[in-house]
Amino acid sequence: MPEILKGLWITIQATFYGSLVSFALGLVWAMALRSRSRWVTWPVSIFVEFIRNTPLLVQLFFLFFVLPGWGLTFAPLTTGVIGLGLHYSTYTSEVYRAGIDGVPPGQWEAATALNLPRRRTWTAVILPQAFRRVVPALGNYVIAMFKDTPLLAGITVADMLFQANSISATTFDYLEPITVVGILFVVISYPTSLLLRALERRLVR
Amino acid sequence: MTGALWELFFEGLWITVQLMVYSAALAAAVAFGIGLARTSRFRTVRFLSGVYVEFFRGTSALVLMFWLFFALPLLGWQLVGIWAGTLALGLSYGAYGSEVVRGALQAVAPAQREAAIALSFTPGQRLRKVILPQAVPEMMPPFNNLLIELLKGTALASLLSIGELTFQAKLARLSTGQSAEIYGIILVLYFAVAFVMTRIMRVLERRAKASVGRAVPKGEGWFSRKLPVEKQGPEALATGGKP
Repeated sequence: MPEILKGLWITIQATFYGSLVSFALGLVWAMALRSRSRWVTWPVSIFVEFIRNTPLLVQLFFLFFVLPGWGLTFAPLTTGVIGLGLHYSTYTSEVYRAGIDGVPPGQWEAATALNLPRRRTWTAVILPQAFRRVVPALGNYVIAMFKDTPLLAGITVADMLFQANSISATTFDYLEPITVVGILFVVISYPTSLLLRALERRLVR
Repeated sequence: MTGALWELFFEGLWITVQLMVYSAALAAAVAFGIGLARTSRFRTVRFLSGVYVEFFRGTSALVLMFWLFFALPLLGWQLVGIWAGTLALGLSYGAYGSEVVRGALQAVAPAQREAAIALSFTPGQRLRKVILPQAVPEMMPPFNNLLIELLKGTALASLLSIGELTFQAKLARLSTGQSAEIYGIILVLYFAVAFVMTRIMRVLERRAKASVGRAVPKGEGWFSRKLPVEKQGPEALATGGKP
């Protein structure tokens, strides 16, 4: 049990840092996809679709085995965070897109009428309005990511599943550790999703 | 890359496709079963199916797979790897799919239901002849997304030593050490399967829409996964396409 709780802490760290990476990168993709130049939108959309349509586990393996070959050696957890963040950024970019599309066109026009430079239009007009609508949906991806962290066990991150496996390997008791891990996931993700639903009712009317 | 290596990959690809087809069939059955149960008249049925959905959506598919493969034998059932994988994927993606089914059933205009009652259809006829034909086209785009998620989920089965694509890649890497090439190739293979599946689902979506006399929007891009929708509602925003 203490080992599994240690694993839970790693799981939570991976989810937290992975979320930060995916929130930031997702916004970058979403804004790049609204660029007026095809030279920006094409490569980004191909990249995003490629990442979305291929398994996270394989992407993690790719990073884990290939990055050291390129001279980039990271701790497994860091590699995991990069993988999770990159994978989920392609989902969060869709969320941002929907949030940005939800800002009334009049706001863009007003910014043009006020002769605001493009950067000010984004930071002072569009993004503050988009963020409010986007928070609950981003939260859903945090839960999804939390449930995907066991994949990190595949690249030797000592998360909950990894700990459960190593307990099982020494005690030959597979039932209890894995059951505990499964229940911990439900116990954490269900109340969080209830919380998000409440938040959603508040923010998105 | 030698020919033998490619053979290994295509063997793996075939098992991946099998795994996807079996678990998609199971997931579809679960989705319709649970989705219908969630709109039942009886409170107990609604409650129990709700518990199922929250439980399987709440836990991690990989942990479920491990549980079925490693823990279940201690309770007396030993599953072959591919069935443990199919069961885990089918049960958890079925739970996501049931939400799609429920949403689509509830989106059918209430007047349609009333009209069917007025024509004194039995509940079974109402469902078969009036509700489902209108609900199914609504379900297609989210099902398309789920199918891709499911395809990606099959990679998890490699951790149970099932010889599907990801597992074969692992073997190939161990024997040749060319990580970048091997994982690059199988990422492209997964993408190719996903691409083909989206195209097939889009054809089905068009057919389903046409069969209830709805206009099919034109002008979708090759890289977008859905037919364009006229307007995104707040629900679409909330889930962002992924369960």
